[in-house]
Amino acid sequence: MTNVSLDFTQILGFQSAREVYGKKLVELGAERKDIVVLTADLLASNKLGEFQMAFPDRFFNVGVAEANMMGIAAGLALEGWVPFVSTFATFASMRACEQVRTDIAYVNLSVKIIATMSGVSGGAAGPTHSGIEDMGIMRGMPNMTVIAPSDPLQMTQFVEEALEVPGPVYIRLGRGDDPVIYHDQKIEIGKAIVAREGSDVTIVACGTVMRDALEARQQLENDGVSVRVLDVHTVKPIDTEAVVAAAKETGHVVTVEDHLTTGGLGSAVAEVLAESGTSCRFKRLGIPDTFPIIGEPHELFHYYGYDAEGISDTVKQILK
Amino acid sequence: MPDQQTIEHLKDKALEMRKNLLKLCHYGGWLHVGGDLSITDVMTVIFEYMLHVDPARVDWEERDRFILSKGHGAGALYMSMANKGFFEPKEIFRTYGKLGTRFGMHPCRDELPGVEMSTGSLGHGLSIAVGLALSAKLKKQAHRVVAVMGDGECDEGTVWEGAMAAAHYKLGNLTAFVDKNGLSLDGFTKDIMNIEPLDEKFSSFGWNVVNLDGHDVAALVDVVDNLPPVTTEKPTVVIAKTVKGKGVAFMENNYKWHAGTVDEETLKECCAELDTKRESERTLQP
Repeated sequence: MTNVSLDFTQILGFQSAREVYGKKLVELGAERKDIVVLTADLLASNKLGEFQMAFPDRFFNVGVAEANMMGIAAGLALEGWVPFVSTFATFASMRACEQVRTDIAYVNLSVKIIATMSGVSGGAAGPTHSGIEDMGIMRGMPNMTVIAPSDPLQMTQFVEEALEVPGPVYIRLGRGDDPVIYHDQKIEIGKAIVAREGSDVTIVACGTVMRDALEARQQLENDGVSVRVLDVHTVKPIDTEAVVAAAKETGHVVTVEDHLTTGGLGSAVAEVLAESGTSCRFKRLGIPDTFPIIGEPHELFHYYGYDAEGISDTVKQILK
Repeated sequence: MPDQQTIEHLKDKALEMRKNLLKLCHYGGWLHVGGDLSITDVMTVIFEYMLHVDPARVDWEERDRFILSKGHGAGALYMSMANKGFFEPKEIFRTYGKLGTRFGMHPCRDELPGVEMSTGSLGHGLSIAVGLALSAKLKKQAHRVVAVMGDGECDEGTVWEGAMAAAHYKLGNLTAFVDKNGLSLDGFTKDIMNIEPLDEKFSSFGWNVVNLDGHDVAALVDVVDNLPPVTTEKPTVVIAKTVKGKGVAFMENNYKWHAGTVDEETLKECCAELDTKRESERTLQP
């Protein structure tokens, strides 16, 4: 694994997205008396303690029972509450999958699912705790909005934006400190952000891999390659226009996600490009069709070729 | 105790529902008729005697909430709701199961105002009912939340997650009826997956348990009259021993009549059989 020195003119420090949203929920809870929070024995891990302290009547820890939690959330939403439901991505998307699909998405209820430990961010916890299929599963549900914030500070706005969506919203977060990359960036669900401009190639990324996408860009710029970085934080509904423009204007597209290469961002971008008739060189990076080996998150990013070095190498290959 | 007139009226309503279900089974097509007939008396008492609902105000805050957790009993729900005036029975007979209908084999909330929740996948309803009952408690509302489940449905683990949560959150405003007809799709529950003793299970989960004959209208009415107040701490489960296909001899206790259709002649015979039984019951009255 190579160590890449960070350019802190590009990355503005680090914050935990989980803590950012935990605090934001407390702030919103004071204003919005219709917000309730549910978790399945992950109060501490998912930073919900402050909400519980501030609003004990509107906080429910249902124990280790994710499916039941989604059903209860549906019942509360039917009565006009806006439940924020928080568990690990793997449990939200698979253990409770049918409750999410049938009780929440089918009825188009305003339940906001905050899924942590996305991708391999759980590191040595291994595949049982790795939410590596979640975007594919959630993206397949009608009515569901799927978001992978790339900057922890985006979470304050995404939580507010999610409240404006009448139906369900799935937001996936990692586990650790995530790089702050934007100055006062306006967030809009469904609207991709050109995080960095460039004309030779576009790296399309979302979520916790944004740091690597930006580092890869820096390496490539040093080698004279002009790299656009497109932050597709909303995987569904995807910003078709921004994706097609990237392909047309740069001719080369590499997608990067901490997720299987099937079903998630890469698949969504591939669908858009294929149907648009835009021809470009295209490559998806992420976990290949396998259950990941054990390791620290960044070791795994490197192992599967979607850390900065892997992204940079892939870009060079497709530019040949 | 309710007067005999009320009981007789409810029994007549149940007879009418059974005949309508069989008609739907003929004119509409494939219907979960076995399970519809097993919950007919329970549903009649719930809709005609127990629930405070108003078809003119489906969003009325004080209404009782009803969840058909065994969503394949949609036929009985449609008939119960039509009887209350939520929709026209003729729309059910005319459109059931046809392209674009509001009346499918499982009820859909979006299509039918008054249906509290879309159901059909088993093991979901109790958790949803827990959410509704929790909400009522949070808002300090006095209505009841009522769920009807199947006994086969109790194979699903989420039923017990919901049961645990209902007791934990002290949801005395929640009442569940279990339609214990002893059959699931493939055969007798005792052979496929034994769920007994169901009453002891609920009791050990912290519920108030009532066992009764689910076709004894007077007993059902009596239970409804004597439910603990909504402010009580224990949820109540009424375990209603029923007969799948109740009222039609060749359907009774026959797993092959989980779902099906009947031809015109059979329909006539079934209705005649039901009428005869009701008449003989009437003449037995003191």
